Amino acid sequence: MSTTAAQKGGLGAAIWDYLTTVDHKKIAHLYLVAGGLFFLIGGLEAMLIRIQLMKPDNNFLAAGLYNEMITMHGTTMIFLAAMPLIFALMNAVVPLQIGARDVAFPFLNSLGFWLFLFGGLMLNVSWFTGGAPDAGWTNYAPLSTTSPGHGVDYYVMGLQISGAGTLIGGINFLVTIVNMRAPGMTYMRMPLFTWSTFVTSTLILFAFPALTVGLFLMMFDRMFGAAFFDVAKGGNVIIWEHLFWIFGHPEVYILILPLFGAFSDIFSTFSKKRLFGYSAMVFATVLIGFLGFMVWAHHMFTVGMGPIANSIFAVATMAIAVPTGIKIFNWLFTMWGGQIRMTSAMLWSVAFIPSFTIGGMTGVMLAAAAADFQYHDTYFVVGHFHYVIVGGVVFGIFAALHYWWPKMFGKVLNEKLGKLAFWPFFIGFHLTFFIQHFLGLMGMPRRYWVFLEGQGLEAGNMISTIGAFLMAIGSVIFLINVVYTAVKEKKVSGDPWDGRTLEWTMPSPPPHYNFVQTPLVRGLDPLWVEKTEGKEGMTPAEPLGDIHMPNASILPFTMSLGLFIAGFGFIYQTDDKTWLVAAVVGMAITLGSMLIRSLKDDLGHHIHKEELEEDIKKGVGK
Amino acid sequence: MSHEDVLNPKHMPHDPEKATLEGKNKFLAFWFFLGGETVLFASLFGTYIALNGSTAGENTPEHLFGLELVFLMTMMLLTSSLTSVYAMYHMKNHDFRKMQTWLAITVLLGLAFLGCEIYEFLHYVHEYEFTFGSSAFASAFYTLVGFHGGHVLFGLSWIVALMIRNQKRGLNLYNAPKFYVASLYWHFIDVVWVFIFTVVYLMGKVG
Ligand code: HEM
Ligand SMILES: [Cu+2]
Repeated sequence: MSTTAAQKGGLGAAIWDYLTTVDHKKIAHLYLVAGGLFFLIGGLEAMLIRIQLMKPDNNFLAAGLYNEMITMHGTTMIFLAAMPLIFALMNAVVPLQIGARDVAFPFLNSLGFWLFLFGGLMLNVSWFTGGAPDAGWTNYAPLSTTSPGHGVDYYVMGLQISGAGTLIGGINFLVTIVNMRAPGMTYMRMPLFTWSTFVTSTLILFAFPALTVGLFLMMFDRMFGAAFFDVAKGGNVIIWEHLFWIFGHPEVYILILPLFGAFSDIFSTFSKKRLFGYSAMVFATVLIGFLGFMVWAHHMFTVGMGPIANSIFAVATMAIAVPTGIKIFNWLFTMWGGQIRMTSAMLWSVAFIPSFTIGGMTGVMLAAAAADFQYHDTYFVVGHFHYVIVGGVVFGIFAALHYWWPKMFGKVLNEKLGKLAFWPFFIGFHLTFFIQHFLGLMGMPRRYWVFLEGQGLEAGNMISTIGAFLMAIGSVIFLINVVYTAVKEKKVSGDPWDGRTLEWTMPSPPPHYNFVQTPLVRGLDPLWVEKTEGKEGMTPAEPLGDIHMPNASILPFTMSLGLFIAGFGFIYQTDDKTWLVAAVVGMAITLGSMLIRSLKDDLGHHIHKEELEEDIKKGVGK
Repeated sequence: MSHEDVLNPKHMPHDPEKATLEGKNKFLAFWFFLGGETVLFASLFGTYIALNGSTAGENTPEHLFGLELVFLMTMMLLTSSLTSVYAMYHMKNHDFRKMQTWLAITVLLGLAFLGCEIYEFLHYVHEYEFTFGSSAFASAFYTLVGFHGGHVLFGLSWIVALMIRNQKRGLNLYNAPKFYVASLYWHFIDVVWVFIFTVVYLMGKVG
């Protein structure tokens, strides 16, 4: 991760470099570190939950604290761990896969990160200022509107700020993929990871504004005396549920689709075959994205929408299993007859297939609206969504990190430690969550802080807690691997896996302008096309010339900092109006930074041909 | 393209807003952004439609709204959309002065609209004691219409900032996309208002 600036000016310069960077590869580092940290915090919260539920009538956590714990666990894992880790991968890989020198909006890319980070910090500050949010990650009204203290206010402001960052990131990747592809990189030659980033970004664009509005209504009710969810004044609490799930269901596909893409690339690389049914895979991805918007009310079957609405949403939900099934079979057929190499990345990917399929099957069970009256708000649902989110998203993140680690950091993660981390995590995962389906069927509700003795729930909960500890062990071994690899492992070439796509045509880590000359893409799996013709690398699509690059800027940081400050102002002005000063000052910082951005020319800079020739002499570019 | 070519182009192309890659990116991104904004307003409209009957025994839409002022406001905003089209027309003809003039007229119309809206809100508060927290309908009304008003304010500040910043140096390939995108934003605000006029005011009076 060392940079030239760091070598020249020490730690301060390196920090400044990261605060102001607009390089997608460094922003990927930032997302990775921040997302990883939040993953640890969320994991710690999960362990505390499981310790509380280890035995009946336990009083390890007080009831109120338990509510805060489950709320923060869910919110942290979805918004502050999974999303940023996915953004880390997208940043590290997508521009390389399409042959671009950077994203379309490097400045906005950095802004997206800082907004996310400050939003995440905001949420977690609540632990130290009188209590975290405690109305569940779904934050249903009126539980949330009547929750005392400021916990839920932190939820509202934190998610509003980080959600804005996500939206900006989504638009950025959409434009990058539409406008910045190298010559010859047609849509139907894009690697699946790029495709799924494209579809995911579309989902972000159309799903997040619904959350934005939901959060605004919640903010107005809690902080400014509005009556959206106040039944006494004609309010309607179901509006929150609709807005939340219109965002929330697409969100689960926002989480899983990029990993579907990563798995596709991994299966193909480590089976030494092109992806089976490429166009069907693209089609299925788009279809899942589309259907993802049609099913949100399956989270509300028990609200009382009536049998017709329930039936429509039930059928629509079940339909999603079809494109998902297409994908599962295509992955299997990609491996079929391939020269399979069981690397750690592949191990996580292979394990993903049965694990995720179980989650999909319980999903279809839940989609049967009449049956869902029985499952809803029980541990069955907890089992379901952890099978898809851990068995899909988290396995996918581990697989993708193993796969692209060499591209990001120039070293392959130690394979022995990689597998050693996998097994406890994999076994622990199934121990933790499989049994939860049965606990749910036996009637154990979710989000209760204790269960009673003598109801047959003891053994299941104990097993679940043991599994959670195994997963924690697996995660720690992965972290050890990161440190071990950084210290002990040797640098590898730019193409350690015998790769097929453009990111493997360049040194690891790539120079900050990525491609010395933009490559000419001549087919699906462009690098493989060249390899089969006995060529060393890509044919350039342009002569060697000056490269235009964006300038670094501190403004994304100050814009986000302003919102962070304003957030506190909004929260605490309900107690004391002088806090409005903080809101005004914070907004002034943000809007002022935006004004500077708009008025001050920022044309970027050029890297001259001579410098590139120097770099080529040093070995960059071939 | 060198910085000199961007800032002082020898030949202005017909579409200066899309002549550079940055311009093309901005253009596309802004359309995407407007897609997101559409969902944002759709959610607000959905909320409003769900709550416009929830008056908690207080002021109802029929009781409050007067169509005369709102009609005037609609005319102002529609006209301002037209004047911003003239501005863009002159941008494409590379006539910076005329573009600035039409933008200035656009801004004036926008300011007049905003003034009317503020007057309207104050009128409701003072004459009818119809405040943000009076009823769920009140919250939904002020939020939907206020969000639109906030957009108008932001759009006005944006256009004015661009006009002042580029007053001296005129049009080039760097600021053309900025002007163009700001005018797109202005059109969007206008379209949203047409829906507000229909759903909130007309349907409020008739429904
Ligand atoms: C074939 C695919 C799927 C189907 C049919 C399906 C169906 C459902 C249904 C009907 C529920 C509501 C259950 C209830 O509350 O009673 C649910 C909950 C949930 N699902 Fe899925 N699902 C599928 C895939 C996924 C995926 C891929 C993810 C995430 C990556 C996911 C994440 C969740 C989450 C987080 C919840 C619980 C939300 C909460 O109440 O806190 N699901 N699913
Ligand atoms: Cu769902």
